[in-house]
Amino acid sequence: MTHTYEWPYANEAGMEETITSDVLVLGGGLSGCFAAIAAARRGQSVVLVEKGATERSGSAGTGFDHWESACTNPCSGVTPEEIANAYVREQDWYSNGIAHYIECREGYDRLLDLESFGGKIRDTEGEFAGAEFRDEETKLMFAYDYKNKFTLRVWGSTFKPALVKEMKRLGVRIMDRTEATALLVSPCGGREEGAGTQEEGPARLRGAGAMGMDVHTGKFYIFRSKATVLCMSRPARVWLFNPDTVGLCEFRPMQSIGSGHAMGWRAGMEFTMMEKSVRAEFSAAGRSFPPYGAGNNHNTWYAATMVDARGVEIPYVDRDGRELSSVSERYYPARGQKFFLKGGVIDNPKYEYRGPETLDFETLMERGYQLPFYADLSRMPEMERKVIWGMMVGEEAKTKIPIYQNYTERGFDPKKHMLQSYGTGWQSANFLEQERQFFGAPGGVMHDWDLKTNIDGIYAAGDQLYASDCAGFACATGYYAGRKAAGCAASQAELPPYQGEDAVAEKKRLLAPLFVKEEEGISWKELNMAISKAMQNYCGGVRCEALLLEGLDLLRQFETEWAPKLTASNPHDLMRIHEVLDILTVSQIVLHASLARKSSSEPLFFKRSDYPQMDPEQDRMHIVIRQENGQVKERRIPLDFFGSLQEEYEKRNQDYMKEVGMRG
Amino acid sequence: MDKTERIAYQVTEVPCSTRPLLYDDGLCIGCNRCASVCQCDILLPSPEKGKHPVVMYPGECYYCGACVMVCPKPGAIRLVHPLMNQAKFVPVKG
Ligand SMILES: Cc1cc2nc3c(=O)[nH]c(=O)nc-3n(C[C@H](O)[C@H](O)[C@H](O)COP(=O)(O)OP(=O)(O)OC[C@H]3O[C@@H](n4cnc5c(N)ncnc54)[C@H](O)[C@@H]3O)c2cc1C
Ligand code: SF4
Ligand code: SF4
Repeated sequence: MTHTYEWPYANEAGMEETITSDVLVLGGGLSGCFAAIAAARRGQSVVLVEKGATERSGSAGTGFDHWESACTNPCSGVTPEEIANAYVREQDWYSNGIAHYIECREGYDRLLDLESFGGKIRDTEGEFAGAEFRDEETKLMFAYDYKNKFTLRVWGSTFKPALVKEMKRLGVRIMDRTEATALLVSPCGGREEGAGTQEEGPARLRGAGAMGMDVHTGKFYIFRSKATVLCMSRPARVWLFNPDTVGLCEFRPMQSIGSGHAMGWRAGMEFTMMEKSVRAEFSAAGRSFPPYGAGNNHNTWYAATMVDARGVEIPYVDRDGRELSSVSERYYPARGQKFFLKGGVIDNPKYEYRGPETLDFETLMERGYQLPFYADLSRMPEMERKVIWGMMVGEEAKTKIPIYQNYTERGFDPKKHMLQSYGTGWQSANFLEQERQFFGAPGGVMHDWDLKTNIDGIYAAGDQLYASDCAGFACATGYYAGRKAAGCAASQAELPPYQGEDAVAEKKRLLAPLFVKEEEGISWKELNMAISKAMQNYCGGVRCEALLLEGLDLLRQFETEWAPKLTASNPHDLMRIHEVLDILTVSQIVLHASLARKSSSEPLFFKRSDYPQMDPEQDRMHIVIRQENGQVKERRIPLDFFGSLQEEYEKRNQDYMKEVGMRG
Repeated sequence: MDKTERIAYQVTEVPCSTRPLLYDDGLCIGCNRCASVCQCDILLPSPEKGKHPVVMYPGECYYCGACVMVCPKPGAIRLVHPLMNQAKFVPVKG
């Protein structure tokens, strides 16, 4: 039986408030918190707008277990240049060189920040004393490459509350349960330069803040600011939707559906690589299991011992196919190899960067190994077992309660049990080609060396950037963008003007579904379902012009005929409705980006049946798209537009280098 | 916008095929910490003071466990995976 309740919060629909700050941060995940801290440290007044509750919101709300590319930690055997350039090459230049370099260069400073705020980054209690992956002097613990020590094992579940405490201490005004819905942007005359191309650059625009609403009360907000940082993660639920267990449809949290992309697109922001998507890897609403909750030997579980149905151990091999005889060898580069890459976006690395791995599935079948496979930690040395089950599974997001506590309660003991693996890969999942996901460094906001978008005064960070990566990436780029935004804000005496009619229109748009009668309307779920089916049909594994145009036509119909029928009876439903309208916008960006690339591409997992040629030279480019007066405009930017990483970085960050130099 | 003010908000539980959260009335003190931490905002404070929140939108649960982590009364709230997602484990083989 279902009950109808009175809404427990105030009804403030129709009410309105203007809030001003020097720097406005939208999204309170890792990148947003660090952006706010950077700006506040530089004496700017900061407002942070978060749709959920900052204490545990975002992808890393309940934690994360490994911190990548900490190249400047005292034990590191690699330089920031080595690792950032390796990522660029590994990803065939469809990589965010700028952001990766910032991560490699500044990431470890952010980890020290986290420690100073009360987060745990080293084994201070000596729980793992004597372990091969622990440095006895610094007590730092490492994952993957034990020789070069640039990935750290960290206690990520301690981080979000520590960040909130620090923001409060610095006087950041945190506005939880507030959804940002649109940017305030005005034209400021002239055009941007066409960055190294002949094409016309975008019209010059100036950001003046944002708008949004309280998702408990329905109150409308106008946020005026001198500079704004977008930290709203990446899109989701474009191809994958399950109206029953919506929260399990995707890998990233339900809150993160690409609002930042949608509001940016509407405002004229530039995007790149939005044509990239991969066959889905995670959706616990059907084809996969809870992340890190099935037998596997990747990421959190690297390098677990795997066995087949008979209990026969599955060999690990190095990049040359040499079988490794000990567990320890799984954590060292091959002979003649300086370092190897592993982590969130490293799937099937090139020979140069390939680390130890279990034999591939086909070879295993040929050799008579039998399904199902299992992760069997009982065969590992005690420290390796304990660090996977108890620390990594525990500190990784969505594992402390859902996996570690739950499985323990169900009787799982890693010394006595082995955990089943499903399908053939680490995802423990089997998706269809048209079931796609933004995964493995997907597209996003285009930006310059300041992490500034093409709109003056608007910066972006974390998963909202194109080809984004992980937690270290989010923290480092968040801080960097916050610092640059603070500089921008400090250089202005006044708040930039905005157009009052934009606010009137946005308020009306936001509240409209409250006036649609339930009997005459449709629910947000019906629209999300229709979008994801349309995207599977018109923008799946194989694309072509006619199909993509039909898809656009259908989405336009959804927008004009169906969107006005969406109905809500409280601000929670209103929030869900505006999420789906953002998903509708994001889907259109994907279709436009797919139309713009007239060839196929391996690194972008992009297939056009009408342009089957793979990666022709003239298209090895960022095809950057934006919307201007209802028209889609594109321009091409060379993949190596960021130049020499170290040189360009140092040109622009002398102040920061001095600051760090003084500290260290 | 005076039109809006006449619209009273209402909320109805939206059931789904699973039951992510189980509360223990004997242990829960009704502090609503679990509701205020949930980033998906699926829990609403109970109309009855001192009672555990109402799981209004169970299908929107992201299964992150933040609600359990924040609860001051161990055991008052439990998170349970959908049956289809209960991965299998077996005794190790010799
Ligand atoms: C299960 C899981 C495990 C992971 N493990 C690791 C790991 O071990 N190591 C690693 O390096 N990386 C890991 N990652 C990736 C890493 O957590 C993310 O890359 C990183 O947290 C991204 O930070 P962010 O700030 O860009 O986005 P998020 O942390 O996702 O934050 C985005 C925030 O924006 C808010 N928001 C969205 N829309 C709006 C809106 N319209 N208005 C206001 N607020 C809005 C959201 O509520 C959210 O709080 C993992 C990710 C997941 C999902
Ligand atoms: S598990 Fe996470 S999403 Fe589900 S109710 Fe708890 S806090 Fe909310
Ligand atoms: S946090 Fe725990 S004690 Fe408080 S209302 Fe929730 S379940 Fe009850």
